[in-house]
Amino acid sequence: MLLSIAALVVVVPILVVIATIVVRGLAAISWEFLFGMPRDGMKAGGIFPAIVGTILLVLGTAVAAIPIGVGGAIYLSEYARDNAFTRSIRLAIVNLAGIPSVVYGLFGLGMFVLFLRFGTSILAGALTLAIMTLPIVISTSEEALLSVPTEFRTVSASLGGTRWQGISRIVLPQALPGIITGVILGLLRAAGETAPILFTVAAFYLPRLPRSVFDQTMALPYHLYVISTQVPGMPLSIQYGTALVLLVLVLSLNLTATLIRSYYRRRRQW
Amino acid sequence: MVSQVRITDGPKVQIQQVGYTYDAKSVLRDVTLDVPPNSVTVFLGPAGSGKSTLLRLINRLNDLVDGTQLTGRILLDGEDIYAPGVDIASLRRRVGMVFALPLPLPGTVRENITYGPRLAGERSHAVLEGTVERSLGQAALWDEVKDRLDAPATSLSGGQQQRLCIARSLALEPEVLLLDEPTSGLDPISTAKVEESLFVLKSQYTIVIVPHSIQQAARVADQAAFFLMGELIEYRPGDQLFTAPRDRRTEDYITGRFG
Repeated sequence: MLLSIAALVVVVPILVVIATIVVRGLAAISWEFLFGMPRDGMKAGGIFPAIVGTILLVLGTAVAAIPIGVGGAIYLSEYARDNAFTRSIRLAIVNLAGIPSVVYGLFGLGMFVLFLRFGTSILAGALTLAIMTLPIVISTSEEALLSVPTEFRTVSASLGGTRWQGISRIVLPQALPGIITGVILGLLRAAGETAPILFTVAAFYLPRLPRSVFDQTMALPYHLYVISTQVPGMPLSIQYGTALVLLVLVLSLNLTATLIRSYYRRRRQW
Repeated sequence: MVSQVRITDGPKVQIQQVGYTYDAKSVLRDVTLDVPPNSVTVFLGPAGSGKSTLLRLINRLNDLVDGTQLTGRILLDGEDIYAPGVDIASLRRRVGMVFALPLPLPGTVRENITYGPRLAGERSHAVLEGTVERSLGQAALWDEVKDRLDAPATSLSGGQQQRLCIARSLALEPEVLLLDEPTSGLDPISTAKVEESLFVLKSQYTIVIVPHSIQQAARVADQAAFFLMGELIEYRPGDQLFTAPRDRRTEDYITGRFG
């Protein structure tokens, strides 16, 4: 009884939040809102640049985080021996996951924007988000790799396979659903974060599409923050509409991850 | 088929003063024995006697384990398989291994068979198809699965899966076939089929088997080695070891007084 009340306490607020955003946000959704440029100091028009910006940032994060994250996970699960060096790597990953996102933002500002002179740009923002995403990608990928039975590696070796052949032909394909899920969960977090992009890429008001990776861009989470707190007299419907678009984007990524996981779990043969 | 019979003088595998430790614990001590070609050699002994470890040393599968130390030499056709510069992948192609539990790789029956040959660089569709039929035939499985080659390997019964694993090893045309309790998970009928295929295979291959039971050892052995706590106690032709053991401990074991 107590437990079911506890469960309700968790579920009800989520449903209320989602229902509110959906009901009040739907009113704002139109072709112009989704695919138009903002006008009148963002009080009218659309949020197209922010949608495109967020998608570009997520793609950039994926390009940077997937090879490094999955590569690191393969190293840790398949090659690394248990010694002081790998233990310190693991410790670093765990700690990286616990760092507040605003600290990533400041790091990105110092490292990419200023030191590497990328400027306030999509490149700097995506790299900052990628570093924030890495711990999730590495730990979920490593878990997925470790869940593939050791015997497959032994069998592959006994049939004249090198360690890499066993990994690339057997282990990696089997771990792929878990890895994809982890990557999507990581990107999900990147899509919704405000603090890391605050100093590195986000434009307050830029009613055009970015022209290159060295360009600034608007992005949904930051745009939502701006229109909610920084612009007096902002119509509420635009705020709810923006929240709804962000919510749909994030939830659809989440749903994709869940579908991939359940599809492959049913097909798995071990 | 006669052309495939290898006529070799002398032992196929020579194990010379082999000692082996794992985490500073002694697993094998001063083991010396010769495995003759084209016959079935049985490694017998209670759990922890080191028999499976010795089997895995013959194709260097224990290389995958950390914290071990090997002394002595193991020769294949007179050449030290632990010598520096030995290509481990090609050694394992020459010395195949079948494990205690059927461990089909993910994928179809056909993919399981062609996995090894593909890694070895075989690309010809015709050659691979020939390999599938030959090796499944040698493992007495062809008739049962010839219409299900593209079915998942896991859809086969346990006994069929284990014969698939034997066929998978045979696909590489190994010279030596190691079997580690290959029938431990199988019912009597499947066990009989696996043992039958061993009788056929020994004309072409050198077979070393850790048997599932003393009865099985007696049925298949041309020569049998009895191990106890890491030491080789007795190594003689099978009919002699099982009917007239010389060592008291061998007799106690095969008459069921322990183990």
